[in-house]
Amino acid sequence: MSNSDTSNVEAYELRINGRNHEVRDSWIGESLLYVLRERLGLPGAKGACEQGECGSCTVIMDGRAVCSCLVMSASAVGSDIATVEGLGTDGQLSDVQRAFLEAGGVQCGFCTPGFIVAVHHLLDASPNPNDEQIKEALSGNICRCTGYGRILEAVRTVAVQRRGQQRGVEA
Amino acid sequence: MPVLRPTSVDQLLDILANDPSASLLAGGTDLMVEVNLHGRRPATVLSLRSLDELTEWSHRSGRVTIGAGLPYADMEKGPLAQLVPALAQAARTVGSPQIRAAGTIGGNLGTCSPAGDTLPVLAALNATIHVLHRDGVRDVPFSDFMVGVKRNCLRPGEIVHSVTVPVVEGWQGYAKVGTRNAMVISTASACLVHDSVEGLVSIALGAVGPTIIRATEAESWLARNVSLRGSLSISSDIATEFGRRVAAEARPISDHRSTADYRRHAISVLARRLLERAAI
Ligand SMILES: Cc1cc2nc3c(=O)[nH]c(=O)nc-3n(C[C@H](O)[C@H](O)[C@H](O)COP(=O)(O)OP(=O)(O)OC[C@H]3O[C@@H](n4cnc5c(N)ncnc54)[C@H](O)[C@@H]3O)c2cc1C
Ligand code: FES
Ligand code: FES
Repeated sequence: MSNSDTSNVEAYELRINGRNHEVRDSWIGESLLYVLRERLGLPGAKGACEQGECGSCTVIMDGRAVCSCLVMSASAVGSDIATVEGLGTDGQLSDVQRAFLEAGGVQCGFCTPGFIVAVHHLLDASPNPNDEQIKEALSGNICRCTGYGRILEAVRTVAVQRRGQQRGVEA
Repeated sequence: MPVLRPTSVDQLLDILANDPSASLLAGGTDLMVEVNLHGRRPATVLSLRSLDELTEWSHRSGRVTIGAGLPYADMEKGPLAQLVPALAQAARTVGSPQIRAAGTIGGNLGTCSPAGDTLPVLAALNATIHVLHRDGVRDVPFSDFMVGVKRNCLRPGEIVHSVTVPVVEGWQGYAKVGTRNAMVISTASACLVHDSVEGLVSIALGAVGPTIIRATEAESWLARNVSLRGSLSISSDIATEFGRRVAAEARPISDHRSTADYRRHAISVLARRLLERAAI
């Protein structure tokens, strides 16, 4: 995206994965996706359609999964933003990331970060989803490679694992 | 600085009155597509994101008032969905979970596309749109709000603050036809409301004319031929004839999404089915 024909906005701060990041020299209409990738060195969210159709740019904003390509970055000041980079701990993969790898839910990988974020969001809200609910929750994420079967399998696996851990804690 | 985030509605109205060309930004699901793909370059943007007043809804004496900034995700389920089921159904058909988390009813009214999914619901329920300007308030019936394809009656400096609809006793529903189930702009849609106390059926059509169309002749034909108080009893002949009459009032065009003939046919099927569902 070019920034040639428009005025710049004043520097502003975004709160991403629990840290404040200053954004400088951006132009008014810049999307959060662009700012994450091109200005803040957080390339996890992917850009494909830039019109909300594919979900590869999904991030969590104030507790809701949204397309970062449709968030005007400078309007996100004051919001809590979580990206795929914030999910694992200390360089370890999250349970969802691991399950995607093991189930073969990652092929070219372009859609994967968006799916991972959407799946975390789903399972945090409903730990015990049925297939219908999983498909519904992921209907805004498009994958051209896997045919979705392995992705579904990964989600079911994590749900079962987390319930097992929950029982372990309760016992 | 051209992206402003006013913290009160008064402040927003003040800024807008001084600079009516500023672009309002709610969920961004229409505006950002224009910026990303169609070269729209707003000079000043007024973000509504921090205005809690716009994301509230309330229920008082048989009427529900919904803030312009309420996202679809909050209409789909919960108590609001029980009070206005047709709105919940319409919200449920919008885009994808990500779009419904961000997109708002105020944005749907701002864009005013004939395919906007909440608009037939607002038309069938005779919604009132509360419009604010720094210098005053006006309440606009939905039928006067939308004036053309992607055109509404807002004047410079005005915003949609909220929308009021009645809580209606009786069945109501929304149905839409598109090329697939998720993520689809409708090729034809309809909302039917049965008010079993007043004995009225209203039906409003989306994506089959330049504005949302109330099929008023079909509505009065039905009222003349069927008793509409209490629970409905509808024969299949009546339902089919109702569908035919509703379709006759549509004014569809052919475009990249569909042909006029298909749209008219789809509307007759939707109207018939909605009436049959209302009678179950
Ligand atoms: C992938 C995708 C799928 C979609 N699917 C559907 C669908 O199925 N059905 C459907 O109806 N729509 C759909 N849309 C369109 C869009 O999501 C809706 O129109 C939505 O309601 C817009 O709301 P918003 O808050 O995002 O608006 P924004 O993009 O923030 O604003 C839209 C317009 O309304 C104006 N505006 C916003 N708030 C106000 C206000 N309070 N007062 C006055 N003007 C205001 C803005 O200035 C702008 O002109 C889709 C969009 C995308 C990207
Ligand atoms: S890049 Fe945002 S949804 Fe496709
Ligand atoms: S793995 Fe290639 S698009 Fe999903």
